[in-house]
Amino acid sequence: MNWELLALSPPGWGGALLRGLVTSLEVAAGGYALGQMIGILGSAGKLYGGPVIKDLLEIYTTVVRAIPELVLIVLLYYAGTAALNNLMGALGFSSVDISGMLAGILVIGLVQGAYSTEVLRGAILAIPPGQIEAARAYGMPPVMVMRRITLPAMLPHAIPGLANLWLVTTKDTALLAVVGFTELTLATRQAAGVTHEYFMFFSAAGVLYLAVTLVSNVLLQILERRTSRGMVRRRT
Amino acid sequence: MRKLTSALIGAAACATLMAGVASAETVKVGVAAEPYPPFTVPDAAGNWTGWEVDLMGALCNKAELDCVITPIAWDGIIPALTAGKIDAIMASMSITPEREEQIAFSDKYYSTPGAIVTEAGSDITPTNESLSDKVLGVQVSTTNQAYAEKHFADAKIKTYQTQDEVNQDLYAGRIDAEIADLVTLQPFLESDNGKACCEMVGTVAQDVEIYGPGIGVGLRKDDTALLEKFNAAIAAVREDGTYAEISKKYFDFDIYGD
Amino acid sequence: MNRQDSPDDIADIETPPPLPRLSALMRPHRIAIMAVALALVVLMAVKMRWDWLPEYAGMLLAGFWITAVLLVASTVLGFLLAVPLGLVQVTGPRILSWPARIFCTVIRGTPLLLQLWLLYFGLGSLFPGIPEIRQSFLWPYLREAWPYGLLALTLSYAGYEGEVMRGAFAGVPNGELEAARAYGMSRWKVLTRIWLPRAIHRALPTLAGETVVQLKSTPLVATITVIDLYAVVGDIRQSTYLTYEPLLFLAFLYLCLTGILVTIFRHYENKIPTRGM
Repeated sequence: MNWELLALSPPGWGGALLRGLVTSLEVAAGGYALGQMIGILGSAGKLYGGPVIKDLLEIYTTVVRAIPELVLIVLLYYAGTAALNNLMGALGFSSVDISGMLAGILVIGLVQGAYSTEVLRGAILAIPPGQIEAARAYGMPPVMVMRRITLPAMLPHAIPGLANLWLVTTKDTALLAVVGFTELTLATRQAAGVTHEYFMFFSAAGVLYLAVTLVSNVLLQILERRTSRGMVRRRT
Repeated sequence: MRKLTSALIGAAACATLMAGVASAETVKVGVAAEPYPPFTVPDAAGNWTGWEVDLMGALCNKAELDCVITPIAWDGIIPALTAGKIDAIMASMSITPEREEQIAFSDKYYSTPGAIVTEAGSDITPTNESLSDKVLGVQVSTTNQAYAEKHFADAKIKTYQTQDEVNQDLYAGRIDAEIADLVTLQPFLESDNGKACCEMVGTVAQDVEIYGPGIGVGLRKDDTALLEKFNAAIAAVREDGTYAEISKKYFDFDIYGD
Repeated sequence: MNRQDSPDDIADIETPPPLPRLSALMRPHRIAIMAVALALVVLMAVKMRWDWLPEYAGMLLAGFWITAVLLVASTVLGFLLAVPLGLVQVTGPRILSWPARIFCTVIRGTPLLLQLWLLYFGLGSLFPGIPEIRQSFLWPYLREAWPYGLLALTLSYAGYEGEVMRGAFAGVPNGELEAARAYGMSRWKVLTRIWLPRAIHRALPTLAGETVVQLKSTPLVATITVIDLYAVVGDIRQSTYLTYEPLLFLAFLYLCLTGILVTIFRHYENKIPTRGM
């Protein structure tokens, strides 16, 4: 094996891999943030929305969670762009230029949103109802209840599930390689294809992904410990 | 809570930044997102190099277009074009009647026959009888796949997403032979792996119905203005010697064909 | 790919809501939603092209068969591997528990797609360096793609479920094991009669979720030339030049498959008594 190929500066491909890693993390962060936004709205809609909203959200979470991520990504990466541009055209705007990065974020976010909706819904249900009733009794408007009571109170319940979703998101970005988006996995494949060192490069990428997971784990554990201060430890 | 909110705002800002509105003169040229030597090859610095990339530079220069190379998976490159993710394809795509039902093509800018490479010392010849029951590797959705299905119907055809995977599996010994464009097989055969494992057993008989007139720039059908620009640019670089100059760096023969 | 990385929370998230009763479907707004959905389906049936379906039905069935075999084989083998993986992490000795732990961490810390490519292309690139391999009895299998797909899927399932089993073994109340020992059961008997059945019982609720995840992971094998359902649909897309119809159809198929899996699991979950859990 020719270890010099992993050097950070060309002709080594280490730099290309690290750039891929940064892209992966950017897409993961963007997609995760979008997923949480969808999740907050979705869980609120599922719990407090009207019957139609509840049913539509149920369809969204069920369908997205039942179809392989790979299929969703391939479908949305092309169809999503076309649909968005058709919509813009119909509304009289000029077509938007959707970069691969943005398309990736949208797709990952839409998928994660379905899981996040379920995690947050469970977490909100775990809040003792008296707390929310008390807030209402003080005359807080619904948005303030959400902001001041529900979201902060559900956080300790949601963190383990959300932490898990973050780890899943970082790994799901690898699927974007299949549609030709140059994140870590595709950068690795390109490096392997040019140099024919498949084993070395795929192993190197594995180490990078593992490092992301392990570092995330440490940070998430600190976060979990902080947010669950004052909570009764759950027996396992 | 505040962290969550700021993360959300950050993501929204990111999204807005990246959805810049396309300017009229920017043309996103799609290339297959994998090494396809000597035409489109990513290098370690993150740039694309190769004959086709150089030619793209010359064509866009002549046509006064601001071309941006956009890598995309080969098997999704036509949907990407029709969906507007890219505006043109320069990925060694042959002009064929089936593809012309979906997209428009410029005039051809090069041509290459198909050829068969086998393990060194193999007795396979480019005939259906010889390939019968042999595993024949080919990149998916290429003219070579169509050719193999028509002319080597008795072979066990195995399709791959990318050309470098076909080469790799021939090197690993998982397939008995591969069929691909002659011009892209040569750099493989000159590489260490190719030298060690494999040899060319010949080009396949031409079939114009399948291979078409040559390789062209793929464009959306309604994009006639861009089509005319590319045609004019191809004629211009052929005329003024730029084409020959670029080709000289990569080939010792005439890649344009006749 | 949405695996649970912390087994404690599986029950919270993966327990699906109860199936709606027929009468619940008859509420006015639901009828309206169904009417819209039906209109969409009709629109899709009329506006899109589906004439390719009969021609490719045989290929689709063959692809489905590969997907099903890969799913069943990898979950069964993966579970068999997960039991010892979970057990040694609880009991030790260190020389076994550490490798098991590292294995689970590596599998769960890297994308399955990368594992597949490492196994298929990575190992493949090493073959020419070992000429003897071609004479070995394994060579006919090493030439094929499906063994790599099966291996990767099996290891992946074992990695995730191994972590679940670790939690399940650790979670069996000590008193039950002590009672068994007090009855004079040997260590082996305690394991086979009490510990293992109780641990598997505890892990059962996660199986449905993990198996659905496994089903959703199977299409990745198409990237290493296994002709599963996803690969067949890819083939259809290439030869018909249709972009969305085959993919939509595929999404619909996976939706049905997931539904069938969930129904089967729910049927058996209802049969297994959970009193005293």
